[in-house]
Amino acid sequence: MATIEIRWHGRGGQGAVTAGEVLASGAIIEGKYALAFPEFGAERRGAPVRAYTRITDNPNIPRTPIENPDVVVILDRSLLKKEYIEGLKNGGYIIANTPLKPDELIKKLNLPDSYNVSTVDATTIALKWLKANIVNTAILGAVIKTTNLIKIDTIIDVLKNRFHGKIGEANAMAVKEAYDSTLVMKLQEAI
Amino acid sequence: MLEEAKRAIPLSTNHAIAYAVKDLDVDVISAYPITPQTTVVEKISEFIAKGELDAEYIHVESEHSALSAAISASLTGARAFTATASQGFALMHEMLHIASGLRAPLVMSVAMRSLSAPISIWNDQSDLFNARDAGWIIIFAHTAQEAYDTIIQSYKIAEDHNVLLPVMVGYDGYVMSHTIEPVIIEDKEKVMKFAPKVQYPFKLDPDKPVSIGSITPPEYYYEFKYQQVQAINGSLPTIEKVDEDFGKTFGRNYGLMECYMCEDADSLIMANASYASTLKAFLPEIRKQGLNVGLLRLRVYRPFPLQKFVEYTSDKKNLLVIDRAISYGAPYQGPLANEISGAMVKEGLKLNLISVVAGIGQRTVEFEDFLALARLAHEGRRHEETIFYGVRE
Repeated sequence: MATIEIRWHGRGGQGAVTAGEVLASGAIIEGKYALAFPEFGAERRGAPVRAYTRITDNPNIPRTPIENPDVVVILDRSLLKKEYIEGLKNGGYIIANTPLKPDELIKKLNLPDSYNVSTVDATTIALKWLKANIVNTAILGAVIKTTNLIKIDTIIDVLKNRFHGKIGEANAMAVKEAYDSTLVMKLQEAI
Repeated sequence: MLEEAKRAIPLSTNHAIAYAVKDLDVDVISAYPITPQTTVVEKISEFIAKGELDAEYIHVESEHSALSAAISASLTGARAFTATASQGFALMHEMLHIASGLRAPLVMSVAMRSLSAPISIWNDQSDLFNARDAGWIIIFAHTAQEAYDTIIQSYKIAEDHNVLLPVMVGYDGYVMSHTIEPVIIEDKEKVMKFAPKVQYPFKLDPDKPVSIGSITPPEYYYEFKYQQVQAINGSLPTIEKVDEDFGKTFGRNYGLMECYMCEDADSLIMANASYASTLKAFLPEIRKQGLNVGLLRLRVYRPFPLQKFVEYTSDKKNLLVIDRAISYGAPYQGPLANEISGAMVKEGLKLNLISVVAGIGQRTVEFEDFLALARLAHEGRRHEETIFYGVRE
């Protein structure tokens, strides 16, 4: 496997950093090498945040920010702008929290035809299961569905380990519903 | 029967260090929060709350007190630990010298960070390099795994009766402290068997009261300081042996200094901590661009492993030293470059030394930047002054 680089865009409080960590944790538990780290700053609720995950079979992983990701994940609808897709590799994946279908999003953002696009209404799913606009776990379901990087059961295990009891269960349900409802529009094979 | 290979678990470097403290059955932890160290002592407090570690956890009112408490605990024969960074580390400075002067075998982790003013919460190595002359053994880690392993090694080194010195383990704040990566956590019994608690030979005991560290006139003070010189210089074989034994027990060892993709290289880049791990990842690509460059990773910094340095560099043409701290007004403004320059004179090495300061206040150094630095090393031009890479003039 080559190195897969994922860049997460969200707003402070939505859990972009946690999403990146949960995905890397799942990869590590499955025996891969992975790093997850945020773009460090004085974190503020509501401010745009970015986070990074690298998954690879190489034990030497750079600790530099990801400029040319294979996957861009957008957790907040207000960040559905071209500037957040900057640097995405040709053939890469855009995974977005939106009620729009992939072809509608492509049209709305006037995206070139070199990207694969997945959409999921993570906000509605998060409000249903978590009663809060914390969309990170729901979006993880979409990331797994789209990329098949790791098993959904591994992600659920990581989440239940991180969030105990009812909250863990609710997060697991959010992941599953997102996994089932993600619409994937693959334009070409990339990963 | 072969043991089944252990699976790594996802941990940040801060949490990996907390696991090491738990597995070493540390007796006393003094804690004061400071970014980006805080999650070390937070995680330790969790272990204590859950009953996974039986220790005294002292909430102190400042880092000066944090180190004071750890020194005192250490001198009663307890295994003591504290952690710090940046301003907190600076506030400890007075006690740093007292720890080494009193020969307290404690261990401290440092999530390296810049210093005020102006306020920066971000990473560089100004805090640790300001403390390099405090008489501590200093070891840098470049992965969370190495940080876990080095904390374990550090107690075995510090408590050795031929050493009896405090050890600090430095790693990059945020870039390592808050990054999730794979770490193999060993069985506690195996860790304790490797680093059993050693009785401190001069421990404070109310039944046999003694006074330590009291005023020492000019006739004697110098000899105490010279004993510290001998102790730290004499610790190098112990540090090397502990690392070798660690490798035999756990299958991982690191050496005093690491030369990576080095044997066939004409030029070396000297780097530590996160820059070393990033360079390891980037070097194959850098080589593809025709730059015959390797990595000289600084691991043990105090005592400086001079013979290893000579061994790795004597047949090289160029050595580019990356400093992430500034020695204001010094001949080279990179503190490490200054020392390397001295080492070269001492050993008669004819390397072309290139001093580079980079990453101050966590100014990002990306692949293109490392490539540019590799090109500087490879070209081998003479640069009389320190290069402040990436600064806007």
